[in-house]
Amino acid sequence: MAERSFKQEVAKLRLGAGETFHGEGILAVTKALLQSGVSYIGGYQGAPISHLIDVFSDANDLLRELGVYFEASANEATACAMLAASVNYPLRGAVAWKSVVGTNVASDALSNIASGGVTGGALIIIGEDYGEGSSIMQERTHAFAMKSQVWLLDPRPNLTSIVDMVEHGFRLSEASNTPVMLELRIRACHVHGAFTAKDNVAPRFTQRDALENPVRDVNRIVLPPSNFLHEVEKARDRWPRAVAYVREAKLNERFGPEEGALGVIVQGGLFNTLVRALERRGLSDAFAQSTIPIYCLNVAYPLVPEEVVAFCAGKQRVLILEEGQPDFIEQALNTILRRADLQTRLIGKEAFPQAGEYTGEAVLRALDSFLAEAAPPAVAAPDPLPDPLAATVPQRPPGFCTGCPERPIFTAMKLAQREIGDFHVSCDIGCHLFSILPPFNIGNTTMGYGLGQAGGAAFNVPAKRRSLAVMGDGGFWHNGLTSGVGNAVFNGNDNVLLIVDNNYSAATGGQDLLSSRGANADRNTGHTILSALRGVGVRWIRQIENTYDLTRMKRAIVEAMTVPSRGPKVILAQSECMLNKQRRVRPQFARDVKAGKRVVRQRFGVDPDTCTGDHSCIRLSGCPSLGIKPNPDPLRTDPIAHVDNSCVGCGLCGEVSHAAVLCPSFYRADIVFNPSRWDRIRARVRNVVIGALQAAHARALERRAI
Amino acid sequence: MSPPRSLKIAIAALGGQGGGVLADWIVALGEANGYIAQSTSVPGVAQRTGATIYYVELFPAEAARAAGRDPVLALMPSRGDVDVVLASELMEAGRAMLRGLVTPDRTALIASSHRIHTIAEKSAMGDGVASAGEVIAAARARARTLVLFDMQEAGDRAGSAISAVLFGALAGARVLPFTKDAFEAVIVAGGLAVAANRAGFAAGFSGAEGGVAPEPAPARSKPPAPGALAERIAREFDAPLQPLLLEGARRLADYQDRAYAGAYLDQIASLARAGAGAEVLEAAARHLALWMSIEDTIRVADLKIRDSRFARVRAEVRAEAGQIVAVSEYMHPRWREVCETMPAWLGRALLGSRLAGRAFGPLFRKGRRIHTTRLGGFLTLWITASLRPIRRWTLRHELERARIADWLSRIADACPRDPDLALAITQAQRLIKGYSDTYERGLANFERILAEIDARPDITGARVRRLIAAALADDQGAALKALLRSEPLPAAVPA
Repeated sequence: MAERSFKQEVAKLRLGAGETFHGEGILAVTKALLQSGVSYIGGYQGAPISHLIDVFSDANDLLRELGVYFEASANEATACAMLAASVNYPLRGAVAWKSVVGTNVASDALSNIASGGVTGGALIIIGEDYGEGSSIMQERTHAFAMKSQVWLLDPRPNLTSIVDMVEHGFRLSEASNTPVMLELRIRACHVHGAFTAKDNVAPRFTQRDALENPVRDVNRIVLPPSNFLHEVEKARDRWPRAVAYVREAKLNERFGPEEGALGVIVQGGLFNTLVRALERRGLSDAFAQSTIPIYCLNVAYPLVPEEVVAFCAGKQRVLILEEGQPDFIEQALNTILRRADLQTRLIGKEAFPQAGEYTGEAVLRALDSFLAEAAPPAVAAPDPLPDPLAATVPQRPPGFCTGCPERPIFTAMKLAQREIGDFHVSCDIGCHLFSILPPFNIGNTTMGYGLGQAGGAAFNVPAKRRSLAVMGDGGFWHNGLTSGVGNAVFNGNDNVLLIVDNNYSAATGGQDLLSSRGANADRNTGHTILSALRGVGVRWIRQIENTYDLTRMKRAIVEAMTVPSRGPKVILAQSECMLNKQRRVRPQFARDVKAGKRVVRQRFGVDPDTCTGDHSCIRLSGCPSLGIKPNPDPLRTDPIAHVDNSCVGCGLCGEVSHAAVLCPSFYRADIVFNPSRWDRIRARVRNVVIGALQAAHARALERRAI
Repeated sequence: MSPPRSLKIAIAALGGQGGGVLADWIVALGEANGYIAQSTSVPGVAQRTGATIYYVELFPAEAARAAGRDPVLALMPSRGDVDVVLASELMEAGRAMLRGLVTPDRTALIASSHRIHTIAEKSAMGDGVASAGEVIAAARARARTLVLFDMQEAGDRAGSAISAVLFGALAGARVLPFTKDAFEAVIVAGGLAVAANRAGFAAGFSGAEGGVAPEPAPARSKPPAPGALAERIAREFDAPLQPLLLEGARRLADYQDRAYAGAYLDQIASLARAGAGAEVLEAAARHLALWMSIEDTIRVADLKIRDSRFARVRAEVRAEAGQIVAVSEYMHPRWREVCETMPAWLGRALLGSRLAGRAFGPLFRKGRRIHTTRLGGFLTLWITASLRPIRRWTLRHELERARIADWLSRIADACPRDPDLALAITQAQRLIKGYSDTYERGLANFERILAEIDARPDITGARVRRLIAAALADDQGAALKALLRSEPLPAAVPA
């Protein structure tokens, strides 16, 4: 079960024509798919698109009712290849993933589907993970659209526009026999707003119709000679038809007056930021009734040269808002202007920060310099008052959650490095990548999802020390089984792989995987990583079923790093994701307490009078529940460690103080709810004896007090 | 009439603090009361305990109807263009100010004054905590309206999450055009944990009405106690020094006995006679008390078995009256600690004996869990604590006493020559803390710095303080080594 449930919200997907839908962007996209008569849906999770996959999963009942097939794809390549169903048949299909990373993975299938083209509408929903909150390299999906010649929609970030653009996307795809990408930026995925719904439409043509009446066209398959035919089709046929559709359906919008000396061209996704900047300068009202003409590109690729020329003709200067690098649109616009022999000056990146998100402030600044017809200052103007807070407010990087089972793995790694020296660590994608941040500071590189082990492939040479690669269960099933493990077996790689098996695709929101252990009515789970490892020929495996057992964890790492045997050595570290576990366990605990069952809550604590404020324990943990507080001791100044009540009693604190020989300050408290008779009798006896000794001790203290 | 514009509300929070719930409440509040609401967030890795921001815009629906158009609302807060900033933690309020979201012309800042320390602050070897005072001062200067109090604590008391307290404080600040009832109706309509959320809301509401709560001054020192030692302190020492000495003497009597506390005062008095100034004496009063009460096994056992400690644990884990709470300790006495708890001659012999080490060492290689609330565990600690009367003869005590004597004589030596150096030497004692490896690392750094002082007759107090800071910069000793290397000893000058 995923981290966030949309079971309540998916009821909104049943709204009919004329009703007002209130909700999040991803739900609106799902509703739009249903209104478009989609036949099948697939995708792979990853912020900002994770919740879309969760919505699909939670809406499965409705999807089934409508005859829509949904599958949680193994990876983005699987999802993209799924669109092959639309090649021969008039089936509308939609897939979704996080970009640019997901598009990288999907590239092979993307090139193939783009080359052969489609009959039914094929829509790819792209969560463009760019700017604030992004966790990946800052690249543009735009490049993929250009090189594969698929169309890229970049709608204005309000629900009505997004929903409209989903519906147009299918029609554009069918009109041009080309897959279409719909790009949603991070905030647009999660924007809460409203739109007027239409009725859901069951697909007119289904996969069953296709299976029972197969159609084949050899010209749609990428193999000579048709691959050359495809190239011609793209240039001569599909592109012009796409441009014609965009123009006729008026997908790009004009705002403000028709004429003017100045104009602004803007990517649809940046429209709201532009309007706010204009509003703040008194050049527009809140309804985008601007005094400067605006041409809004809801279709970022392809451009419509006639529209561009018509907009720019008669204008002296035009500002283009295009986020990210390189400036593909600006270059294309300049080419169009040149070809049309228009002298309008196009002002783009020169007015904006060269790299990074176009924030409200960046757009406001660029607008000011555009209006003043002045070049912006070469360096961003320093703040009028250098903010003294900059030196005070500390950075707050993300980290492992309270009680996370991955934390002890890296504690063990840190302790193992103390024992056998530092080693090279090749990281992967997943929560475990937080190891590179304080307090662990472990890890050298990350080369992509499931590629942790592959990232260490070159280090397969004789040396006194091995390298260690990390991979999560998500990455393992995404591709790591073949690109990492199989590759290492095949090439006789002598290094170490540590697989973090926490039962979920945890970093993306706790989606189920092949090896998940919980019951899932819709998916077939319970296939162990252990048997997959054995199946591809790994001989040396250490399975640790409790990652919190620091001593065993460390021993396994040291053994794997030093054992003489040849070939890949795999440590399978297994404990359930604590976030998901707590979601399951906590309500159950409350129910048990209420029902009068004997249950015990464990948590840890620190004795303030023995803690000396060195914080070694924190440097080996970093748990959010293990914090600091002012030293109650009037003679000391360094803050002491402190465990707050969010502690889930995972046990790591105690294990750390044992394994690292830290200090005697940690205690574990077992709080008994609904004690048994035996509990009560035992407690009474203990209280009497211990109480008497404590009273004597207290009297002795009293006697020597000053 | 000015054109209609949206109300802009930013929520600065930490992943997992319920910022999303708060944003949803504000959206529901707006939508139920004649506003078009838009909210956005940037989920992703920040969800995992990082800093994150939610943003809500509310636009009057009537104005949109009149215009016959939908308003265009921004998806992110902009510098100088925010009406309300809600911050669920003090440094996040600071971060919002740093982003320019709080401006004196319009912004109401509603923030909790509690701290959730960042990993850099927590993992510092000494005190790495950022200055709350600067952020509070900036908040006072920059916000048009300021509501600042410990909302975490208020939430804990009300049994609710901090999001409910913030929502209540937002209502109490009266910066949005909605009634208190309208706010509460949203919580009720949400249907989740309604009673707890309403309690939290009420706490937030009254907190906001109270305005800025004064920072409670930490009440640290206890009232002076009558008694011979207290009288001696009052008689022999300067007034500013007295509270510290009283605290030190109190601790040492608790640690050992009154005679031990008297010996402590003797040492301070002798430093005073050696010409130590007020600053040195104050530092020495603090550090000598700490060193003389070093946490040996006897002390740890003594602290663990006290009834006051049992009560503190129960309070900390929020046990109800009469609820059974079992407590177990994570201890790791090594063979060295065992030997050091023995009479010095025996301990030294055993530590020196390879045979004994081989025979008994392995018994103390693993950590132990001592069940203090069980009879066996309690008695083990009780017996250890009962060794207090023989502490003066233990090996550990002998070792520390010698080190302390050496340190005191260095301070006394330096006092007439260079009072600032004397102060720095006194302060260097802060490196000596912790247990086993931590203690040994600190002691080694301390001794390295003393050696440096010996090697350089011209060393200044400032340099020693830099060395102390370097020793506390990392636990591998890298910074200290680098600093020591940065100024190599001058080559011997030929006579």
